[in-house]
Amino acid sequence: MISNRRLMLAHFWLAFAVFGLAVLLGEWQMFIRSPLHGWLHNPDLYYRSVTAHGTVMGYVFPTLVAMGFGYAICELSLGQPLIGRRWAWAGYIMIIVGSVAAVVPVAMGLDSVLYTFYPPMIGNAFYYIGVVLVVVGSWVWVVLMGINLNAWKRAHPSAPVPLPMFANVAAAYLWGWTAVGAALELLFQILPVALGFTNTINAGLSRVLFSWTLHAIVYFWLMPAYIAFYTIVPRAIGGRLYSDTMARISFALFLVFSMPIGIHHLFADPQVGSGFKFVHSVFTAMVAVPTLLTVFTICASVEIAARLRGGKGVFGWLKALPWDNPQMLALAFSFVMLGFGGAGGLINMSYQLDSTVHNTQWVTGHFHLIFGGAIVIMYFAIAYDLWPHLTGRAMQHLGLIRTQLWLWFIGMIVTTFPWHYVGILGMPRRMAYFDYTGMSAEAVSVIMSTVGGALLVVSAILFLVILYRNHSGSRAEIAPFTFSRAIHEPTSLPLALNGLGLWVGLMMALTITNYGYPIARLIGLHDAQVPAVFIGAKR
Amino acid sequence: MAETFSAKSNDTAALAARLEKRWAFMMVSIMALLVGVMIFTGLHWAMMPPSRVETINPSTLHVSGEFVESNLGSAVEADGSITVRIIGQQYSFTPQCIVVPAKTPITFRVTSADVIHGMLITGTNINSMVEPGYISTFKTEFEQTGDHLMPCHEYCGVGHEAMWANVRVVDKDAFSKMAAKAGRLTCDL
Repeated sequence: MISNRRLMLAHFWLAFAVFGLAVLLGEWQMFIRSPLHGWLHNPDLYYRSVTAHGTVMGYVFPTLVAMGFGYAICELSLGQPLIGRRWAWAGYIMIIVGSVAAVVPVAMGLDSVLYTFYPPMIGNAFYYIGVVLVVVGSWVWVVLMGINLNAWKRAHPSAPVPLPMFANVAAAYLWGWTAVGAALELLFQILPVALGFTNTINAGLSRVLFSWTLHAIVYFWLMPAYIAFYTIVPRAIGGRLYSDTMARISFALFLVFSMPIGIHHLFADPQVGSGFKFVHSVFTAMVAVPTLLTVFTICASVEIAARLRGGKGVFGWLKALPWDNPQMLALAFSFVMLGFGGAGGLINMSYQLDSTVHNTQWVTGHFHLIFGGAIVIMYFAIAYDLWPHLTGRAMQHLGLIRTQLWLWFIGMIVTTFPWHYVGILGMPRRMAYFDYTGMSAEAVSVIMSTVGGALLVVSAILFLVILYRNHSGSRAEIAPFTFSRAIHEPTSLPLALNGLGLWVGLMMALTITNYGYPIARLIGLHDAQVPAVFIGAKR
Repeated sequence: MAETFSAKSNDTAALAARLEKRWAFMMVSIMALLVGVMIFTGLHWAMMPPSRVETINPSTLHVSGEFVESNLGSAVEADGSITVRIIGQQYSFTPQCIVVPAKTPITFRVTSADVIHGMLITGTNINSMVEPGYISTFKTEFEQTGDHLMPCHEYCGVGHEAMWANVRVVDKDAFSKMAAKAGRLTCDL
């Protein structure tokens, strides 16, 4: 039962519209810096595009998907209309205003600082204010998710919280807390300079604060995909969820371990000592555990579906899976990309190997494979699954949907594998131009990536067309939406797995132990306050 | 009948939980092994990321202290090791071409005069951020002679893609001959 269809559709459509535009920018960037195009006379156009692509893909698109999906989960799993509908719309409008405020100065070339900000470079204040508005708008959602869960718990004392809502609120709290790092950087460091109150900044401190946000944000992007793994796919392919408890443990572990690990982005930095670098490296290893648990639970759930369909043998059951079902296809593609991307991630997080690949195209390849690949393909799957319930019209053209998923998968592999390779050869990230003279390995690889990007553009367009055409399809009787059921459904749960209090407490405590000292020490380093360098200023 | 069903269901639930625990134990062991390898290589080969936190005022770099113009480039230390001092600025490195001997311990000391930069030396695992206000220090040794590219690997403004330097690794004897003539060496000379 969904009572706020318009709210959810508004979130999803805005998310997918800006996603479509950002995909085009991404492909343009790859073309411009490939050997297929000569030197760009105004390289700033490239950096504007990178800033816009990153800002949309990092902040706006996944946040809107998490919000729209979160509102849907809230109503569907709790079986009660959303509390705070007006606030939800207010948050949505804040995101629109913030996005416009951010993107206009970027397009004008006043804020070519990339979505990672890079102080002491300082751009026009409107960009930063816009990003803050987007974050504050999403915090409205965080608060609403907590309020809705608590209202349900009061009405259903000691009943097990539905798994989708448990995971959804975990995602909301994770985002609420992880966004604090960048918010501190923007409010206390960057905006005072951008607004002219001061003109020096500690760039090392900024990087540490940003790393607080930078890693856990990836897990926030990932949460909707994982929620779909556990609560949509097993039902959609006719199976059961192997374990409700393990699902809850995985989400709780994500909440705890994705936060205190961001300094693994700063292994090559001079402002953090090796002790804390090592601690964060170890904690990064731990965050791999909930993903590995998920792989087991989901593969087991899929096997259950296959055996229910008559699958036999140790591996023979794989043939019995409903491979023509888009959810099955999306899950398989997602796992393959998660496997390669995760293996790359283990290399990045290791204390020693990182220096071979830090800030090279390897890293670009890595996070595109994980986020653009494994996660975004599940965003597609979520949309395909929810759309009939939002529009009241059945999803047609399953063949087209399968083509779209295949194209995205192939496109992502063809784009990111050569990226990893040129990274090992030493090609840095974020360059508007690269001299390929005498570097045929790089030239061929980059051209392959550009071709992969073109496939992604085609797939993105196809995705938008499929969703758009559904709105004008014929009305149909849509069966009520259900989430996956576990084989052994919980009748009562220990307090720790029926709420998030303990895990949020651990998340905050670990953040403070792993970040408290480095931040306090850097705040005390007054010598490291350096003059700001303003974008476009005459030097 | 209902009772036997629920007993059977409890059995399968216990089996499912046992399998899960076994998998979880295996996965935690694999991650622990990886961490163990990291600790071993870190201690045994002293392979660690840069560890020192040292600050410096970027606005007086060129006029006083360790990073004055005349002190940049490669210098021979009393113990025979080499110290290379480099400044990054929008959009170049000083010196633009660095010369070092092969098979000799080398310490790099690098900082920035304006915004955040980075440097990597292609074909090696030398890779560091270069930040204003801080000095990056790291040690290495080149096994073979040859030329390497040294791009800036962090976005530093509109001219970022043009910020490159070169590293020339020369034979130890050739380097000593050059060092006898000048105190600070660069291949621009």
